Amino acid sequence: MKVSRTQRWAVGAPPLLYLLIFFAIPTLIMVVASFRQPGEYGGLAPLFLEGENGTWRLDVTLESYRAVFSDTLYTGLFLKSFGYALVTTFACLVIAYPLALLIARSPAKVRDLLVLLVILPFWSNFLIRVYAWMIILGPQSAFILGLNGLLGSVGLEPVELLNTPFAVVVGLVYVHLPFMVLPLYANLEKHDPSLLDAAQDLGANAWQRFWRVIFPLSLPGVYAGAALVFIPAFGIFAIPDILGGTTGIMIGNVIKQQFLETRDWPFGSVLSMILTAIAVLVAGLAAWFARRSRL
Amino acid sequence: MALLEIKNLTRRFGSFVAVDNVSLSINVGEFFCLLGPSGCGKTTLLRMVAGFDQPDLGGVWIDGHDVSSVAPEHRDVHTVFQSYALFPHMSVFDNIAFPLRMAQVAAAQIRARVDEALEDVRLSGMSKRYPNELSGGQRQRVAVARALVNRPKILLLDEPLAALDAKLKEQMQLELITLQKEVGVTFIYVTHDQQEALALAHRIAVMNHGRIEQLDEPSKIYNSPKNRFVADFIGTCNLLDASVTSAGGERMRLEIAGLGSVSQSQSEGASVGAKGVLALRPEKISIGYAVPADAELNHFHGKVFDFLYLGDVTLYVVEMENGQRIEAMLPNSAPGRAKFFEPGDAVEVSWRTDAGTFLLD
Repeated sequence: MKVSRTQRWAVGAPPLLYLLIFFAIPTLIMVVASFRQPGEYGGLAPLFLEGENGTWRLDVTLESYRAVFSDTLYTGLFLKSFGYALVTTFACLVIAYPLALLIARSPAKVRDLLVLLVILPFWSNFLIRVYAWMIILGPQSAFILGLNGLLGSVGLEPVELLNTPFAVVVGLVYVHLPFMVLPLYANLEKHDPSLLDAAQDLGANAWQRFWRVIFPLSLPGVYAGAALVFIPAFGIFAIPDILGGTTGIMIGNVIKQQFLETRDWPFGSVLSMILTAIAVLVAGLAAWFARRSRL
Repeated sequence: MALLEIKNLTRRFGSFVAVDNVSLSINVGEFFCLLGPSGCGKTTLLRMVAGFDQPDLGGVWIDGHDVSSVAPEHRDVHTVFQSYALFPHMSVFDNIAFPLRMAQVAAAQIRARVDEALEDVRLSGMSKRYPNELSGGQRQRVAVARALVNRPKILLLDEPLAALDAKLKEQMQLELITLQKEVGVTFIYVTHDQQEALALAHRIAVMNHGRIEQLDEPSKIYNSPKNRFVADFIGTCNLLDASVTSAGGERMRLEIAGLGSVSQSQSEGASVGAKGVLALRPEKISIGYAVPADAELNHFHGKVFDFLYLGDVTLYVVEMENGQRIEAMLPNSAPGRAKFFEPGDAVEVSWRTDAGTFLLD
């Protein structure tokens, strides 16, 4: 079928416009903001300054970049957030894989129900679900009391889980799990069962069938799921805010702080730029790996 | 001792009996065909030999060992699947090396044996390709090479040529025969294509409704079908309902409903009053404007109804006086016109008394 120029634009324009307004322009604003001076009372200073004899000059500076890169505190926070996101991605993969495999192997009727159960948490508000974890991991919960009772009975010190990095990772894994399950399931469901018969017929045991056939064939799903979990987990601030206390702080919290509390917008913009750059890099890497696996 | 022994094998799915009390034995180096219409149980039988399915009754013995509790990965039996089931994420080399790696063959040996297997199926130099870069015929060869590379005792082939076009199919049939002779592995070949079975097999088991209707050499299956199903399923066959009016000696007489009396070689167990069917191959029936003088001929009047020109032969459909239609096949290589009779021509239909087979019901 031949598609006319007008038709192509009619289909392509709305998403293009959406990306322009909600992604390209804000990113551009952020890029510009990262070079500007902070305002006297927060926010941004005027972009143009009036000179002595009626001339105007652009008031830009690399000061915010210098400040970010000269303080190891921020490099450390980026590394820590990267680490949390990596652990979260890995934990999601380990939990989601058997689940996705189970759903993909279920009879068609059960399959739809199980997929519904995976997306069921989306029916309630994100913050409420994270607050629920605050109660579950809090010092008075049945879970913590039981756990500490058990630890005490074998002579171990009681533990506190809330306001620790552990609580942050639990929250991150909980919230992002469906984003790993769904692409994995979509991939595994398409696998040709005769490939597994062939592998078994040619001498592969259950373990070898998994590592040599199922897993390599599912790599595009793994990469897609990893990108969908890693990128939002890397920049998130709500979960460490609620579950992390002071030790579980992530780079997203600092960015939020720069914009809303410290009100140093140029500084916050620089941090955001670095965050975005790393996210784009990770997404690109995932896409590159997925293409390289030739599936 | 037989290499593969199948005894009283039965497999039910609910109330449906897929394989019904089948027993057979297959010898070392044999090219054996399981032939039957779809749903006759041939693939279920194959899956029980491979180990993917378990029989409800009876069992499978390989080299004298009961393999009922042996998993597919531990049976010395490999399968060429109908869909080929090549691993899409592996190159041709890695696909063929797969069974060797599973058997923990040393890496140095793998190289040599994969190259050899590629040579066997005439795909040398293709080892770096991926399955999606191969044609249907090439994929089929890779599947065969992969299944044969570590020389299993038995190779199962589940309709491996079904997806190929006619010309390529014929070529692959010839190559499979050569390959089987070269490697000496026992082949068990499942197909619904009777021509393929006749062309390939040393012996054929014709299956229907989960049972073996006849197990014989191809020429016996074709020339002496044991019952109505086999006669009808293998090739084309005229089936005339008949009953015995006189028996004994070399000839018996049959009364064909609405047509008349014919002479026919005496068949075993056919006594006066027995009912059955006279099976006549089209190529054993002649038609002509006059009856050749031969006492051994049965002949009837008929009228050419239609014909199919098939290149090497022409198939005539002749309507008999009772309205029954009989197919007669005549070679076109005879001198003169390629086509001899036109629809509407009055002809004499004749066949020798030993041309047909009388099958008791």
